[in-house]
Amino acid sequence: MSVVVRDETAIELQKDEIGRAPLILGDKQTFSTVTDTVAGMTEKKPPKAWPLLLGLAFSVLMILGASLTRLVGWGTGTWGLNHPVGWAWDITGFVFWIGIGHAGTLISAILFLFRQKWRTSINRAAEAMTIFAVMAAGVYPAFHVGRVWLLYWVFPVPNQMQVWPNFKSPLLWDVFAVSTYMTVSILFWYVGLVPDLATLRDRATTKTKQMVLGIFALGWRGSHRHWLNYEKAYLILAGLSTPLVLSVHTIVSFDFAVSVIPGWHTTIFPPYFVAGAVFSGFAMVMTLMIIVRKVYNLQHIVTIRHLENMNKIMLATGSMVGYAYAMEFFIAWYSGNPYEKFTFINRAFGPYSWAYWTMVSCNVISPQFFWFKKIRTSIPIMFVLTIFINIGMWFERFVIIVTSLHRDFVPSSWGYFRPTIIDISTFVGTFGLFFFMFLLFIRFLPAIAIGEVKGVMPAADPHAHDDHGPEGDGHDAHGSDDKHDKHDDGDAEAAHG
Amino acid sequence: MADKRKKWEDEPEEKVSAGGDDVVAAADAHAELEAEAKKPEPKAEAAPEPKKTKAIKPAAIVAWFQTPADLYKACEALRDAGYKHFDAHTPFPVHGLEVAMGLRPSILGWIVLGGGFTGIVSAFGMQYWMSAVDYPLNISGKPLASWPAWVPIGFELTVLLSAFACFFGMWALNGLPKFFDPVMQHTSFDRASNDRFFISIEAKDAKFGKGRAMLEKLGANDIEEVLP
Repeated sequence: MSVVVRDETAIELQKDEIGRAPLILGDKQTFSTVTDTVAGMTEKKPPKAWPLLLGLAFSVLMILGASLTRLVGWGTGTWGLNHPVGWAWDITGFVFWIGIGHAGTLISAILFLFRQKWRTSINRAAEAMTIFAVMAAGVYPAFHVGRVWLLYWVFPVPNQMQVWPNFKSPLLWDVFAVSTYMTVSILFWYVGLVPDLATLRDRATTKTKQMVLGIFALGWRGSHRHWLNYEKAYLILAGLSTPLVLSVHTIVSFDFAVSVIPGWHTTIFPPYFVAGAVFSGFAMVMTLMIIVRKVYNLQHIVTIRHLENMNKIMLATGSMVGYAYAMEFFIAWYSGNPYEKFTFINRAFGPYSWAYWTMVSCNVISPQFFWFKKIRTSIPIMFVLTIFINIGMWFERFVIIVTSLHRDFVPSSWGYFRPTIIDISTFVGTFGLFFFMFLLFIRFLPAIAIGEVKGVMPAADPHAHDDHGPEGDGHDAHGSDDKHDKHDDGDAEAAHG
Repeated sequence: MADKRKKWEDEPEEKVSAGGDDVVAAADAHAELEAEAKKPEPKAEAAPEPKKTKAIKPAAIVAWFQTPADLYKACEALRDAGYKHFDAHTPFPVHGLEVAMGLRPSILGWIVLGGGFTGIVSAFGMQYWMSAVDYPLNISGKPLASWPAWVPIGFELTVLLSAFACFFGMWALNGLPKFFDPVMQHTSFDRASNDRFFISIEAKDAKFGKGRAMLEKLGANDIEEVLP
């Protein structure tokens, strides 16, 4: 196994010209040690905790199964929904999970377009997380219709009523947005996986593994003629995913903003929802990666620099979310609309004030600690903060949905929502689904993009100084070698993309 | 160049001491046997002896380099020598190699444009036909053909069909899935997905005959002819 360099001075020596730590730590790292480390995660016996965690996740997944069975058998009345709160934990859970998914796409697509090379260490796991989060999210819209066997009515397919779906409804837009998002995320993820599956195939020791991996690797042989189309496809998919991810949460926010309910009917919703989604998603990526890098000894690939960068993104998006909270209040006052004003005062000081202030303290206050480098680089503190953010972002959706509904225009139709045990068990169960899938992923598929990590190592530069030898040894692999200048990285990237 | 060669020669020993259980890192002689056992195709075809090649014409000549830089120079040399049907096989995309190989940019973008155009036209067409022609639905007195409401689905289907065009178009351009290719028979080709940088010249290239000498001159390792 590779040597993990934690020695501060060693990291200091590897810093680049503007003082950034290297992407891959350790002076002994070569292409094959990266392969060994990542492929080893799927080939060696899993850590002792793995089967236990999988068993636990599976048990929780069974809770989801039981809850949904109850729901289908009984109807949506088994949830605590009432009049006027006809939407509560189901939609909260849906928006929560969709939001978590967005960080994966942000890391894989948007950071790719911005040429943020540090993404390579975390993008695979984050993309997987996207897919599993969207699966968990999908449970809610699929089941909250009550009669799940009629779910196909939401799609424009001929049905027994001979009527088509209402294309003017944001709920239908949502169907298209989420299913497109799921499909494109899977395609993007799989395209990224193919070269790494080929790596695993070439290392496979049993016939079965060879066959299975061989089929999914599609006979990839690393041909540069293939890479050329492949990289173009990757770039295009990133370019498609970027507006897609923004559109998905925009359309999710339309579910609310297009209605006339005070507290929902605001134009700030689309950007506010997108910022919140990225915020919550990064918190979830962090929570998971902190555990995974520790359990699988990946500290040299997922470095403190990666974690710190993610903390900075959380600080930025968390501040945007805080700004949006303030702006909602300002507009409620500035609009002069009494219903709007009532809703917001009620939100902060009404019966759900406990939820509101939980949300504010978790989402507005906790990310502000990331202004301090000491906190940004301290793993225990950031772990705790990410948990707070996960909780806070669930509360944000709950507050938006339930507090806007529970006091209708007429006081005679005021109410209070309390979850039933099935509400709670359904939500808990979706964590089972998410973690069950994630644990299987981390065990059987390359959780780090092997090829991409190699591509950002100094030795990967075809114009590295000759005397550096195959490993390369530093940051300044882009030699000052004049005769190669025309092939410098920037040129090369422009040439094929 | 010379001391770099020395480095790879030393390498297998380092590997063995680093991790004895690692199949790939086993000594070279070992690796050959392993590779034969691992290949899904019949053993008879793997690792042909040079003398057999007189009976069946080889499909390609395959060799490898230790670093991307060496591969890059070799590709430039082959390009400049007028080779057309040669390829590089690398564990990750070596940036700029297409320049060294003299390849043209991918045409995938045009395929995706086609997909996206189909998506947007079919989305608006579908929504118009379904909500204004086939079963007109009066929603809050809004016009039947109310195009602004169709923009979200128009966008989503554009993205969806572009993504499908991109995904399937890319594999089609690459001719994948294709589970066997002659170059895979090189004894250490399993490391093309790990840490070696392979080069192959196809037999159909006009200068194939001089290929071996060319690769030898470039300092390629384990130059092997592979059968179709």
